[in-house]
Parts: sequence; C-alpha cells; structure tokens
Amino acid sequence: MSTVTHTDTPAVYWETEPHHHPEGGSTRLGFWIYLMSDCLMFAVLFAVFAVVGQSYAAGPGPKALFDLNLIAINTGFLLVSSITFGFAMLAMYEGRQARMQIWLAVTLLLGLAFLALEIYEFHHLIELGAGPQRSAFLSAFFALVGTHGLHVLFGCIWLVTLMVQINQKGLIPANTRRMECLSMFWHFLDVIWIGVFTFVYLLGMI
Amino acid sequence: MSQHSIKPHGHNEQSHDSTGHDHGSYRSYLTGFVLAAILTIIPFAVVMSGGFDSRVLTAVTVIGFAVVQVLVHMVYFLHMNTRSDEGWTMLSMIFTIIVVVIMIAGSVWVMFNLNTNMMPSMDHESFQGFGS
Repeated sequence: MSTVTHTDTPAVYWETEPHHHPEGGSTRLGFWIYLMSDCLMFAVLFAVFAVVGQSYAAGPGPKALFDLNLIAINTGFLLVSSITFGFAMLAMYEGRQARMQIWLAVTLLLGLAFLALEIYEFHHLIELGAGPQRSAFLSAFFALVGTHGLHVLFGCIWLVTLMVQINQKGLIPANTRRMECLSMFWHFLDVIWIGVFTFVYLLGMI
Repeated sequence: MSQHSIKPHGHNEQSHDSTGHDHGSYRSYLTGFVLAAILTIIPFAVVMSGGFDSRVLTAVTVIGFAVVQVLVHMVYFLHMNTRSDEGWTMLSMIFTIIVVVIMIAGSVWVMFNLNTNMMPSMDHESFQGFGS
C-alpha cells in the first residue's frame, strides 16, 4: 500500500473543548495574586505610616514606647515558625502525615506565642495612654501592626482547620493544595513582618 | 482520590513538579533560615547598641539588610523562580513591586512637599519629650 489514503474525518482547525487543566491547577497562581493584592494593602498602610509616622501630636514617640527586646523575641517566633512550616511541607511531600502534624502544631504554637506577645504590647501601650486615638503616629502604628497581627490570627485559625481536615481525610490532593496556599500565606506574613520591624521599630528607635 | 496519592519526593537537592513549582529541601530551608537569622540579628544589634554616629548611615544599613532578607525569604521560603506557572508568578510580583514603589515613594514625596510648603515653620526640637 504505497498510495496516500485520505481519511473521511474533516480537518479540525480549532479546539471545540477548552484546554483541560488538572483540577485546582490554577489555585496556586490565583492565591499568589491574592497575596500580591494583600501586599498592595500593606503598602498603603506602610505609606500612611511613612507620611504620619513623625506626627506625635506632642505625645510619646517610638523611643518612649517600644521595647526592642520584645520585638526581637517576636521576630524570632515568626522566623522559626517559617522554617517549621517548611518542614511540615517537606513531611507532607514525603507522605509522612504524623510528622507533618507535629511540625504544624509547633508552627501553631509559635504563631500563638507571637500573637500573645503582640497583644501584651498593645495592651501595655493602651494602658500607658498611647492608644490609637492618641496621635496620628499611633493610629498608623496600630493600623499597620494590627492588620499584620490579624493576618497571623487568621493564619492560625486556618492552620487549626487544616490540621483537623487532614486528620479526618488524609493527604488528599485538595488538602495538599490547601497546605500549599497556607504555606505561601505564612511565609508572606513573615516577609511583611520584615518591613514592619525595619520601618516601624528599628528606624523609629534610631 | 486515594489516600496516598502524594508521590513521595526524595531528599534530593531540589524537587520540582510539572508546573515548575519548587518544593525545596531540608538543606534549602536551613540555608534560608540561617541567612535570615543573620540578616535579622545584625540590624537589631546595630540599632540596640545605639547605631552608628550618622543616623543616615544606620538607616541605610538597616534598610539594606531588610531588602536582602526579603530576597532570601522569597527564594528559600516562597521558592520564587522564573519557571513556576510559566513565569506568571514572577510577572505578577514584578508588577506589584512597581505599583508599591510608585505608591510609597509618591505618597512620601507629595506629602513631604505639602508639609514643608503648608506648615508654618516650627521648632520641633522644643516639643521633644513634652508629654512623653
């Protein structure tokens, strides 16, 4: 058979079916774009702090209020929690669920310790009469640091939810995907904290 | 969906999946952590020991360390690379950085000019410590 055979099926010039993507394949990129928009929101809060951060209204300034030892400890909590979350992710990719849960629990404890110290700091400032209504500087400070703290709080709630879900349903692809999103969220919060401790605390204390 | 549908990844240096996502390894996380810890401790130590004689030099040093630390976190913890999601991750981040820089630099610049042009000149030093 050396002749070229023509098949009867017509040539297809376009695809009638949309491209098939694996389920949840675009979740990571979508979540990343959410994080970038979150980043813009933090940028606005940083800009507000940069503009009014010197407006003390004859009230207390950073040097009278901040305790760098406390901030250093809090920074340590967040930094260590970043690596413990990383270890949880590695344990997950290895399929070792129990090990992953232990690392997640350690991460959660560090997150809660961070929140406890931050609440202590806020409470201390408000008791001193340096609440958010004292000056533009303090309003901007509470808005910026408080928003970051709220993010950490929601991260902790999400972490507990995922730990329960993984306990019940195991490391199904949906849970793996959720873990990847939370991992990005957690590391992103650590990046924002670098900006906070640099621009709010360290530069304020110079 | 089976319970154990996650393929085990080895301890090899860098593991990637089909979309170019990088999972990292114990070594890469530890490297990132040590770098981040050093980059945190130095600026804290500089400021807590009173800083350099020049305030500007201290500020520039602290900001410089922060920028490097953000890059370390991006590479070692967030596993940023140019391949994941066909480069869209990197592209959206570059776009965000441009918007953030325009917004922060623009706000500071405009408001600084507004303050110096609108405010009556006032000796701020005399207010230092008042009520604090």
